Amino acid sequence: MDFIQDWGLTAMVFAPLAGVAIMMLFPKDADDTHKVLALLTSLVTAAIGIAVLADFDYDDTGSLQFLRDNEWINVINSRFILGIDGLSVPLIALTLLITPLVIAYSWNHFPEPHNPKAFLSLILVLHTGMLGTFVAQDLILFFVFFEVVLLPMYFMIGVWGGPERQYASIKFFLYTLFGSALMLLSFLALFFLTGGETFSMVELAERVQGMDIARTTQLIVFGGMFMGFAIKVPMFPFHTWLPDAHTQAPTQGSVILAAVLLKLGTYGFIRVALPILPEAAQSWAPWIGGLAVIGIIYGALGCLAQTDMKRLIAFSSVAHMGYTMLGISTLTDFGLNAAVFGMVAHGLITGMLFFIAGSVKERYHTLEIKRLGGLLVSAPRLGWILGFCTMASLGLPGLAGFWGEFPAILAAYQPAEGLPVELFRGYMVVAAIGTVLAAGYLLWLYQRTAFGTVKDEFVDDPNIHDVNGPEWIAWTPLLALILILGVYPNLLFKVSDGSIVNVASQIAAATGN
Amino acid sequence: MLAVLAQVSDFVAPNIDFHAFGPELALVGALVAVLVVDVIKPDGNNPFLSSIAGLGVLGALIPVITLATDGADRFLFDGAYVVDNFSLVLKALFLVSGYVVILMSTNYIAEGDYAEGEYYILLLSSLIGMTLMASARDLITVFIALELLSIPAYMLAGWRKRDLIGNEAGVKYYLMGVFASAVLLYGMSLLFGVAGDTRLTEIGQAIAGGAGETALITLAIVFVVVGFAFKVSAVPFHTWAPDVYEGAPTPITAFLAVASKAAGFVALLQVIYLAFPGRDDVIQPLMWVLAAATMTIGNLIALRQTNVVRLLAYSGVAQAGFILAPLSVASELSLQAVITYLVIYAAMNLGAFAAVIGIARKTRSAEITSFGGLFEYAPGLTVILSLFLFSLAGIPPLGGWLAKFVVFRALADANTASGYVMGAIVAVNSVIALYYYANVAREMWMKPVPDGDRSPVVVPFSIGAALALTVVATMAFGVSNLATRLGDQATFLAF
Repeated sequence: MDFIQDWGLTAMVFAPLAGVAIMMLFPKDADDTHKVLALLTSLVTAAIGIAVLADFDYDDTGSLQFLRDNEWINVINSRFILGIDGLSVPLIALTLLITPLVIAYSWNHFPEPHNPKAFLSLILVLHTGMLGTFVAQDLILFFVFFEVVLLPMYFMIGVWGGPERQYASIKFFLYTLFGSALMLLSFLALFFLTGGETFSMVELAERVQGMDIARTTQLIVFGGMFMGFAIKVPMFPFHTWLPDAHTQAPTQGSVILAAVLLKLGTYGFIRVALPILPEAAQSWAPWIGGLAVIGIIYGALGCLAQTDMKRLIAFSSVAHMGYTMLGISTLTDFGLNAAVFGMVAHGLITGMLFFIAGSVKERYHTLEIKRLGGLLVSAPRLGWILGFCTMASLGLPGLAGFWGEFPAILAAYQPAEGLPVELFRGYMVVAAIGTVLAAGYLLWLYQRTAFGTVKDEFVDDPNIHDVNGPEWIAWTPLLALILILGVYPNLLFKVSDGSIVNVASQIAAATGN
Repeated sequence: MLAVLAQVSDFVAPNIDFHAFGPELALVGALVAVLVVDVIKPDGNNPFLSSIAGLGVLGALIPVITLATDGADRFLFDGAYVVDNFSLVLKALFLVSGYVVILMSTNYIAEGDYAEGEYYILLLSSLIGMTLMASARDLITVFIALELLSIPAYMLAGWRKRDLIGNEAGVKYYLMGVFASAVLLYGMSLLFGVAGDTRLTEIGQAIAGGAGETALITLAIVFVVVGFAFKVSAVPFHTWAPDVYEGAPTPITAFLAVASKAAGFVALLQVIYLAFPGRDDVIQPLMWVLAAATMTIGNLIALRQTNVVRLLAYSGVAQAGFILAPLSVASELSLQAVITYLVIYAAMNLGAFAAVIGIARKTRSAEITSFGGLFEYAPGLTVILSLFLFSLAGIPPLGGWLAKFVVFRALADANTASGYVMGAIVAVNSVIALYYYANVAREMWMKPVPDGDRSPVVVPFSIGAALALTVVATMAFGVSNLATRLGDQATFLAF
């Protein structure tokens, strides 16, 4: 297992690129070859990933394992440092799962203008970027991987997207680039403030503690990172790119966006911003919590106003990511664990919902809620799956969504010491009201699309059929995981807890509590 | 008569180190070979000419490598001509750029009905001037190198002599170039008057030692810098660039935008770091204003361009501003940043031009709208050109991001208000630039084909080779330490 210990992470991150290189050798019109190659690549990547995760020491999730520290760009003091701990493992597993499923789903659901070679290559490049972000332990390396996802997603939305795709794609691109520019400035500032010797996350965290950096400076530097990560999450009021991008993106793009890309932002908060600048995090926390609960309510109200199913799901993402950010803003191990669970649960559930939206669109050629109806009559299995996912999304106990929302709300009752308790209890109440609204918009959505009778225009439409093969293959693992994690949440909590406790105690130590 | 002979007997022939001249000698050899072959077989197209020129340029790389492995620093002619790490890195940059330009020219020149022999002769002469420039450490050597690289370039710019725009390009470039040379020469004469020596390091010592009046030295510095600012197309001395770029044959445009511009920066670095090291009070504000104006105005005008070549011309002006930016806080890191940027810029900009040449072979136009729907019938070229455009915009993991990063780093390292303000200006300009680069990409990927002609684009082998070289370099520079190491090692001997 030495290879896995030394090179496992590197091989996992770059395997998709190798697949792309092989795909480039085949001509554009060899559709099936490209599908098979892409699926194989994602499966090989997953196999390497599983080998790594199997070798992972689950009794020591708090420390970085599989550490790889090589020279990289010496002149700028950036090193090629990879490593994973209990925080990365769930997100890597999620990424490894989603990509093959998306490729399997693509088998007979290709968006116009077709071209599987380019489309699947972009998905694989995205795969490298996402995996790399979750394993990088050097800020510059992290930044590069964080940005690698931009271009493929831009093209995916812009070329294979809906009617407003050009506007949506450039908006997504400029918005996130603006955030990452500020984030990069913050990284550079950190680098120079700590003596200009390292970009290593672990070392930077230690150095910041050992140095006496002015409080205002810390707050500003944290602000830069906040912009980068908050836009990616996205937090209110930086969320406006999300409904456009989600609605216009092809189904596969929406699923990847919802399931993994949004998590890059929340992951960044827990991995980078909080441990390196704990004092600034404490000062920012009430504001982050405030924006998070505004996001919860705003997202929910936005959902209630939507007439398009996909746009509604997109707005529900704003609300759900609000719970995750509320969990993070408490700065307690309880809240942070909830946030990690929330990320995975949202990835599974919302990913599923976007899959369903894509399949509905393919059958009905519309996602306008008032034209849909009677899904349970015309495609009963699809209707039931939609029901299952809406229940999971609204946080029904026993399904995964519950364990992301409920502990986050509970954590706000007792935030980390030094944070204003009354304020966070206020947030708790608002967030709890948010769950009621969530139940409202999701049940209403379900009622309008699945219940009732089929609308006249779609009666006897031969296009409308029930769940087919590729859909079953892509969906079954997600549905099973939603249930398993809902029944036995410890599966995930046990993994993340070690490293989360580390982060929380680092914050507690640094803020003097 | 006897007196003259007596003087002659005092003359001691300088000890010439031919190894140090290896790159230049190889280029001269190639030039003569092209000339002879062209004379033997003068009619029309001769496929050997470009091969000879290309091989000659590659051959010139061999002495560069042997000199680099040899490692000894060489002073020739009392320090007027120096072979150090700085000069070797830049000679290699000029030679590789020159080779890529020859690859791009092969089909372009062969298919136009213009004389091929003269084209490659002039190109090689210009390259010789550039390699000389990298080693020139004396006002006279610098001036000779500058003219040697410029005069052939004037003729190459007007190469399409039956084309009105081509004529305009040649005349405009020539007149503006001669004007700049005159200004430069005047500045040099002032410097010589002050220092009593033409060697850059001696001038530096004389100025640092308090020779000459401040006003006079300031005037000399401004004149010299302005002379080179023309070469690097810094605002307000950029007005020639778009018209010349549009009128010149596209491979020559690439040559002017990359190699010739790099030569201007090399000269600028030499005078700033060797001749004016003690005069940061003049250099820094001057560079600050030049850089800020260059990137902002270049970008704003680029936003309105409808022709890809003109867009690349103005984006090249803006990029020159990015390269000038670190000089506004002149330090050792700035030198490193400028060289790193030049290396990465050469790869991505040459690549962009090569891709445009490849595409324009089919579209017969460089209008951005003619690139519509390119992704549908030429996906390979579309992906490649997009890579170059987004690299120019500075999106990781493509090379351009590292170039911008080292600039930011040099600016932040200075830890001065003017450095941070310059950093902010660079950041804002990067976002503006992204818009017009993405606009071209959007046309290719997301717009319909304008005239419904979807016949595939045939890319000749030599352009394919140029693209392969530049793509690999652009990607490799972004994810490895190749470019930064070159930038790090290119230090002056006397620095």
